[in-house]
Amino acid sequence: MEYFLQQLINGLTLGSIYGLIAIGYTMVYGIIGMINFAHGDVFMVGSVVSFIVILGLGITGGSGSFMIILALALVVIIAMLIASVYNWTIERVAYRPLRGSFRLAPLISAIGMSIVLQEFVRIAQEGRPKPIQAVITGKHELLHRLTEGGEFIVTISNMQILIIISTLALMAIFTMIIQRTSLGRAQRACEQDQKMASLLGIDVDRTISITFILGAALAAFAGMMFFLYYNVTDFFIGFLAGIKAFTAAVLGGIGSIPGAMLGGMVIGLIEVMWSAYFSVEYKDVAAFTVLVIVLIFMPQGLLGKPEVEKV
Amino acid sequence: MSGPVKDTSVSSEQGAISWFDLVKDLIGTAILTMLILTPIVTFKTTMNQGVLFIEDRWVQSLLLTAAVVIGRLLLHLFVWHKPPSTAAAKPVVAKAPLSESLAKYVAPAMLAIAIVLPFVLHQVPSWDKRGIDFMITILIYIMLGWGLNIVVGLAGLLDLGYVAFYAVGAYAYALLSTIYLPLWFGPGVVPWAFYIILPISGLLAATWGVILGFPVLRLRGDYLAIVTLAFGEMIRLVLINWFSFTNGPQGINVPKPTFFGLPFKDEPGGFAAFFGIPHDRIYSYIFLYYVILVLALITYFATNRLRRLPIGRAWEALREDEVACRSLGINTTTTKLTAFAIGAMFGGFAGCFFAARQGFVSPESFVYIESAMILAIVVLGGLGSQIGIVFSAIVIMGAFELFREFGAMGHAVQDGLMYVLPDAVVSGIGSLFTGTFGALYGLLPDAMRNSLAGATTGMDPIQFRMLAVGLAMVLMMRFRPRGLVTRRQPTVFLKERKSVSSDLVAEGHG
Repeated sequence: MEYFLQQLINGLTLGSIYGLIAIGYTMVYGIIGMINFAHGDVFMVGSVVSFIVILGLGITGGSGSFMIILALALVVIIAMLIASVYNWTIERVAYRPLRGSFRLAPLISAIGMSIVLQEFVRIAQEGRPKPIQAVITGKHELLHRLTEGGEFIVTISNMQILIIISTLALMAIFTMIIQRTSLGRAQRACEQDQKMASLLGIDVDRTISITFILGAALAAFAGMMFFLYYNVTDFFIGFLAGIKAFTAAVLGGIGSIPGAMLGGMVIGLIEVMWSAYFSVEYKDVAAFTVLVIVLIFMPQGLLGKPEVEKV
Repeated sequence: MSGPVKDTSVSSEQGAISWFDLVKDLIGTAILTMLILTPIVTFKTTMNQGVLFIEDRWVQSLLLTAAVVIGRLLLHLFVWHKPPSTAAAKPVVAKAPLSESLAKYVAPAMLAIAIVLPFVLHQVPSWDKRGIDFMITILIYIMLGWGLNIVVGLAGLLDLGYVAFYAVGAYAYALLSTIYLPLWFGPGVVPWAFYIILPISGLLAATWGVILGFPVLRLRGDYLAIVTLAFGEMIRLVLINWFSFTNGPQGINVPKPTFFGLPFKDEPGGFAAFFGIPHDRIYSYIFLYYVILVLALITYFATNRLRRLPIGRAWEALREDEVACRSLGINTTTTKLTAFAIGAMFGGFAGCFFAARQGFVSPESFVYIESAMILAIVVLGGLGSQIGIVFSAIVIMGAFELFREFGAMGHAVQDGLMYVLPDAVVSGIGSLFTGTFGALYGLLPDAMRNSLAGATTGMDPIQFRMLAVGLAMVLMMRFRPRGLVTRRQPTVFLKERKSVSSDLVAEGHG
């Protein structure tokens, strides 16, 4: 039971990260109907940028807590800004000119862009993983019990608390933006019918750009958290995290934002539980299997609407 | 989602651009480029004795920014603001140009070159083995490109895990030839293993294609891409982790193929002894070359014949419009499945050959980037164009191998450029272009200049290959979405065969 509880905490932490990335996939899919293959790599860029800023500021676990908070705030802002610039540029350069082109064109362009981002970072920053000393340290014991089997301790680290709480806060802010602001209204309108939205005076191009920016900001935040959680990053993390986050988006129902978050949690839990109870080696295989099973048996996902194909 | 392709540049209005707009645009470009480059390029993190520290490279990122801004300025001045007359006067139906009549002879000419090539290379003693080996690599990729072309180019299904079928073929050969065939039929069968396993590996790969394809082919194209990607990774992970079966990351040593039972060895029963000629390792290379040439040609002709069958026509119809296909009574699932299985089969053949040629297989050879490379070959060759694939495989693989061969030479050229260019630039302050560049460079302290030269020469040209491939994919989709070879012969025609410019062929809206 204690073991399960511990895995639950770990799973929710990982799931939060996947969920944040998944939102970017699901929003872009919702609005222009394509898989942004480069999104996982935007997450990677966010992670690498936050690594560089943290290294540049020279903060470590030993710095004062006030300094750490201040520095992390700066890191978040820079990482989000840079990742947004990347995703905005990608949309402008690689996707927008291809609207109305044949079906596979944006997808192939996106794959190309994903390769470009990976290789760009690999060449500029070398391929080796970048480790760093833990910045946020310390953990709390939730449960401590002695049984015949031995000592069971359930802990939650400060980092895990930070990830889960900040994800929830970010989700709340994000939902507010989508539900309450004119920007969110425009976004939802474009999702339903682009032509009609533009007839009603919504700048569709601008709305799509903003969708990409919002997705990138969330991915960058996830990238930073991923880096702080594992204390290591490299140019290739976007690949696996991207596929898993996409799985999360599909599982939650592609196009649905709460679905993406839910899907992320479920995928994080599945991955952690699989590693804990079956085998660590096959945890990625488990996540991919979930993707295939979901696509076969419920392609509309948990919270999505069934897709109607129009001629 | 339909509508004309929009021009993203500021030049959407025809005619001259005002100076104010131009400057504004250039400043915007500069800021954007700096934002993109600053964190990743400027601050290079290097590991020194276990400690990470930051080394700044302002020079490189400023130079790159300057290059981007100047490039955009040149585009503004010379490309984007042309009067509209030149752009509008594009002929709707192109006349058959000279290249068309030449194109008829390209394929036979290339075939002839391919057939005599080993004998030509044989005459160059220092290059013969390496040269033929290099040609074998290119032919493997051509064959993989042709196989994937059936799936992506003809049927319009984006398969990102093609390398999985390649892996199935390779491991089929590895496992059957080392363990199972000797176990079932005794060790005498080993020299014939390649010939026995070649068809089996294709069948196994095709079976895997059906197993994977059946559940997912009913889905939309984008889902298919990601599921095949996941499948490719799954196969690799299983190969790595199922240690007792596949020997994990250490791989398997496999026997080399024989000339119909005669091994290429310096021994009484060997190939050279049988024909009474002196032993030379080159025969093995030449033999392998012709095997892969024949396999690739089989792929080519099989695809060409299939395109003329009802099933091939159904593939192309499916690519153009799935809904119309369904309404005309084509069973889309079976049609997709056959394309997927046949493409997988050729991947399996290629994999079997690859394992036999390497004499060794390991999961390392079947990573995602390999799938991406084969896809890039198909895309750059022009989706559906078989001759185009030959050219793009030669360019992508050839350029890479040439870089590797002439790596030292490349360094020399780079060194030369780095030391010649700045001086020439600094001295030539006459024009505005060289002036800014030179002034920038002249302002730098000597130490920085040296570090710039050092950082650039330390780079290996091979490093940039995948970057170039990725960029090429994006640029191709942007400017030549139908590939470099954009003309194609229609397979169905009325009275006479008219070649249609691919600009006029719409492909699948929806």
